[in-house]
Amino acid sequence: MTAIIAMPRLSPSRRREELTFYLFISPWLIGLVLFTLGPMLISLLVSFTEWDLLSDPAWIGTENYRRMLADPLFWQALKVTATYTAVYVPCELIGGLALALLVRPKLRGIRVFRTIFYLPSVLAGVAFVVVWIWLLNPRGGLVNLLLAQVGITGPRWLLDPNWTLVSLLLMSFWGWGRAMVIYLAGLQSIPGEFYEASAIDGAGGWRQLRHITLPLLTPTIFFNLILSIISTFQTFTSAFIATDGGPLDSTLFFVLYIYRKAFQFRDMGYAAALAWVLFGVVLLLTVLVFRTQRSWVYYGGERSE
Amino acid sequence: MSGETYDSPILIPRGRRRVARYGILILATGLFLLPLCWMVSSSLKPEYQMFASPPVWWPSPPRWANYTEALTQLPFGQYAVNTSIIALASIVGNLLSCTLVAYGFARFRARGRNAWFIILLATLMLPYPVTMVPLFIIFAKIGWVNTFWPLVVPTFFGNAFYIFLLRQFFLQIPQELDDAATLDGANTLQIFLQIALPLSKPALATVAIFAFQASWNDFLAPLIFLQDQSKYTLMLGLSFYRGSLQINWAYLLSTSLVIVLPIVLLYFVAQRLFTEGISLSGLKL
Repeated sequence: MTAIIAMPRLSPSRRREELTFYLFISPWLIGLVLFTLGPMLISLLVSFTEWDLLSDPAWIGTENYRRMLADPLFWQALKVTATYTAVYVPCELIGGLALALLVRPKLRGIRVFRTIFYLPSVLAGVAFVVVWIWLLNPRGGLVNLLLAQVGITGPRWLLDPNWTLVSLLLMSFWGWGRAMVIYLAGLQSIPGEFYEASAIDGAGGWRQLRHITLPLLTPTIFFNLILSIISTFQTFTSAFIATDGGPLDSTLFFVLYIYRKAFQFRDMGYAAALAWVLFGVVLLLTVLVFRTQRSWVYYGGERSE
Repeated sequence: MSGETYDSPILIPRGRRRVARYGILILATGLFLLPLCWMVSSSLKPEYQMFASPPVWWPSPPRWANYTEALTQLPFGQYAVNTSIIALASIVGNLLSCTLVAYGFARFRARGRNAWFIILLATLMLPYPVTMVPLFIIFAKIGWVNTFWPLVVPTFFGNAFYIFLLRQFFLQIPQELDDAATLDGANTLQIFLQIALPLSKPALATVAIFAFQASWNDFLAPLIFLQDQSKYTLMLGLSFYRGSLQINWAYLLSTSLVIVLPIVLLYFVAQRLFTEGISLSGLKL
C-alpha cells in the first residue's frame, strides 16, 4: 500500500512491468466487474423494485425491506440458519480438530485412516444427502434399525419438525474431513522441539495440548472458523434435497428462501433484498470474528506492532 | 509444496497408548465407512429385504438388475454427457484464466497490487447466493438460461480460490530462473509458458481436480440455469429422481453410487493433490 505514495514517477521499465501486471490479471478484473460487482449493483437496484421478469420493474423504494420485517418466513429462515450455524460451527471446529489430532502421529497405516476420514468430503452434494436420507429413513434406515436392536424406538428424523435440524447436524459429521485436512497442515508447522522441551519439564499430553498445540494452532482455527461460518450460511443442497424446507418450515434455510422467492414465485425484487440481507449478515459476522482475532489468535513473531 | 515436515518421535504413541490409538482409529473408521457400506448393500437388495429388521448386510442374492434398471429409467447417459461437457469446459476455463492471473500477482510489481489482492481474497468470502439472483436476471436477459453458458463462461474469468492457490505456488519458483531466461532473450510470455507452467504441474493438476470436482458436484447453479430435462446434469437428474412420488430406494442409491464413482476414483488416484491443495490454502492467509 505504501508503494502508491512512494512512487510518484515510474521508469519506463517499471511502467512496462505495471502494464504487464494489469494485462495478466485482466481476465479476473473483467470477471470481477461482469460477474460480481456488476451483478451486486444490479441486485441492489432490483431490491427496490417489484419485478417478475416478464413485465417492467416497478420502483417501490424500501417496500421490500419493510415487507421483510413483517414476514414471519423471513424471520423463520433467519432463525433456522442462525441456529444451525451456531451449533454446526463449533461442532465442526472441535470434531475436525479431534480427527486431526487422532491421525496426526505418523503411525503405520495412518495415511489409510486420513484417506477414509476425508473421503465423504469429496462426495459433497446431492449424493451425500441421499445417503443420509436413506440412513435416517424411519422405516428401513440403518440408524433406527440399529436403535431398534437395543430396544430404542428411534425418532422420525427428517419427518419430525423437532428432529430435522438434529438430523442435519448428525449427518454433517461426515464432512469433518475438510476441517481435519486444514488442521493437519497447521499441526505440521508446529516444531517438534516444543513438545520435547515440555516433556522434559514433565508436561503430560493434556497440558501440551492446552499450552502448545492449541495456542500455536489458533491461526488455523481462525481460518477454519471463517470458512465454516461462510459455508454454513450458504446451506442449500441438504435442505432442498432432504426436506425441501419442511416439515413446518423447520429447515427453511435462508438460501432456500431466496431460491423460492426468486425462482418459484419470480419475486425478483424481494429475493434481491433477501440476498442483500444475507450479504449484510455474513459480512457483519466476518468482521466481528476478524475483530476478535487480536485477542485470541497467535501469529508468533509475525505481528508487526 | 508443503511436504513432510520434521515429526518429533515424542508425538508417536507407544505401547498401550498405541493400541488405544488404533482402537479409536478403527472405531472412527467404522463410523465413517458405515454409511457407505450400508449404501452399497442397500443398492443391491431386492425389494423385500429393503426394510427388513434386523438389518440385512449381505443381500442374498445381490440384485444387480437394480443398477441397469435404475440407469435406464431416466436418460442418465445424456446427463453424463452434459455434466462432462460442463466439467471439461470448467477445467479449461479455470486453468487458462487462473494461471494468468496468479502469475500476474506472483511476478509483477505494480502500484495497487496489494489492494487488488485483498479484493481477490474478499471475493473468496462472498457467498454465491448473494449474486445468483442478479446473475439469473442478466443471463435471462441475454437468452442464456437453459444453456450451459452461465455455468461455463464465468470459469474463463478466474476463480479466487484457484488463483490464490496458484499464486502461492508461483511464488516458490526462484526469480533467478526468470532472470536467466531473460538473459537468453526470452520474453515474459515465453517465461510464463515455458518455465513457470511446466514447473507447476502439480498445482495445475490440483486446480484441474478441484474444478472438475466442483462442477461435477455443483447443484445450485445447474438447478437455477438448466430447465429442460435434456440439459440436466447428473446431480440434477439425481435430485429429480429423489423428488419422484414413489421413491425406489434401490434405484436411487445405485444411481447415486454410479454418479459419485468418478469423483471417488479420482480421489483415490490423486489423493495427495486433493489434500495438499486444501492444506496449501489453509497455511498462509
